[in-house]
Amino acid sequence: MSEITPTTFRPASEDSPAFRIALTVTVLAVLVLLLFAPLIAVFYEALRKGWVEAVTSLAEPEALAAIRLTLTVAAIAVPLNAIFGVAAAWFITKYDFRGKAFLITLIDLPFSVSPVAVGLCVVLTFGANTWIGASLVEAGYPIVFALPGIVLATMIVTFPFVARELIPVMIEQGRAEEEAALTLGASGWRTFLTVTLPNIRWALLYGVLLCNARAMGEFGAVAVVSGKIRGQTATMPITIEMLYNEYMSVAAFALAAVLAFLAFLTLGLKTFLEIRHADALAASRRH
Amino acid sequence: MRRPLIHRSPIPGLGISAGITLTLLSLVVLLPIGALLLNGALAGPDRLWTEVNTPRIWASLWLSFRLSFLAAAFNLVFGVALAWVLGRYRFPGRRLIDAAVDLPFALPTAVAGIALTALYAPNGAFGALARDLGFKIAYTQTGIFIALIFVGLPFVVRTVQPVIDEIEREVEEASATLGATRLHTIRHVILPMLAPAALTGFALALARAVGEYGSVIFIAGNLPMQTEIAPLLIVIKLEEFNYEGATAIGIAMLVISFVMLFVINGVQVWSRRRIGYV
Repeated sequence: MSEITPTTFRPASEDSPAFRIALTVTVLAVLVLLLFAPLIAVFYEALRKGWVEAVTSLAEPEALAAIRLTLTVAAIAVPLNAIFGVAAAWFITKYDFRGKAFLITLIDLPFSVSPVAVGLCVVLTFGANTWIGASLVEAGYPIVFALPGIVLATMIVTFPFVARELIPVMIEQGRAEEEAALTLGASGWRTFLTVTLPNIRWALLYGVLLCNARAMGEFGAVAVVSGKIRGQTATMPITIEMLYNEYMSVAAFALAAVLAFLAFLTLGLKTFLEIRHADALAASRRH
Repeated sequence: MRRPLIHRSPIPGLGISAGITLTLLSLVVLLPIGALLLNGALAGPDRLWTEVNTPRIWASLWLSFRLSFLAAAFNLVFGVALAWVLGRYRFPGRRLIDAAVDLPFALPTAVAGIALTALYAPNGAFGALARDLGFKIAYTQTGIFIALIFVGLPFVVRTVQPVIDEIEREVEEASATLGATRLHTIRHVILPMLAPAALTGFALALARAVGEYGSVIFIAGNLPMQTEIAPLLIVIKLEEFNYEGATAIGIAMLVISFVMLFVINGVQVWSRRRIGYV
């Protein structure tokens, strides 16, 4: 038994089997307790009284209005942030100017501010007690407790997503291809559409995906600016809170299950992008 | 000679890209955050201080920052372990686990909040177990701690993973050849290499946890002086139309966050210098 068989040989850069098994089991146990169990709980609670009850609760006018509002907000906020992201990435990576690092810091700023503080900022800027807000209300365009405020709060919270994904990818790709296209006589727009856009499309899609997931689920900032008016300014997450606080557990979890399903879809697409287009995304993931 | 503000470039689109960037940045980020700071400046430091300087607000700030720090510390250790398991070991379902790590980014916080509460409340699956063992999780600070771990879970894993992929096996082999035990290699060779990235993840998780609202308020119980987080107090002040109070707490949170991130940044620079790359 004293001879060393090849199966017992272990490279110096590998952990012992006992250590490996212990670490894997511990880590997986924590993931089950914190990640997988809550996910299962959402669907379990939603279907507690059967499919019929869950689906009926989703057909309530209040739930439908919430779904419509959330889709509307995302449909406005996400494209605007995508346009900003592309413009900012172009500006930052195609030109040399002073204060670039500072500009990037400002773009990232919303990530270090609490969503509730973001909501507070919107109220302090456009609330009915400020002069901008008061004059807008007078003109018939209230911002706070209305759609524009919800869109703005969502935009602030999700502001850096697209730019953050695009900037490293565009730095990696450099300017040579665009310069070649321009030398050959292509117009600026043509260069952007036929040279730049195909190069950054996967990173752009990735950024939009993350931005959209956060936009649809944003709670803290929207809770402050929406006023939580039923059927009017209550987004899906806000409606979930209201239903939950009224002990309408099945209805709350049914709506939550819809959002959880969307989260699944997001993760699936994200993983697909990462596997299929790893090269195009590599620059941004190095951060 | 002074560098020009902007170098000439043959690439077109400067006007439109700079225009969109600066306009949206000003409207969406600078104007609202400026309004918060302006409101603070108009109220004056004395007024802000009297608003913040109440036992209830100190208790909430202390609670928020203390639990966020503990949760981020947990995620620092756990994140490095998980990244190591995902990067070095091969087992069935590894891909799935890797994808699932991002769940807290994709799942809306309110959904996470009610799901964690359903599980950890005294009548929930895990909560009942804890109750039989004689302690309570939901509606206590432990519940808040668990919610904050959940929201910060992916950060350290995602910052550390690429570094683990890039570690050359030869380094570990060299260490072993020189007589180091595996434990010694991990402590003195691998962990120092992971430290800067892990600290970046720690800082991100901390910043996220401090501001977190949606996943916490359901599980917290929200008792003043005991389980009331700072962002909730902003909401309460706003509901009372006390804009100065809300502004004061908002600015206090910003200041404390920036000081903490500044310190972490310093530690990071130090740990990076220590292992030799800038």
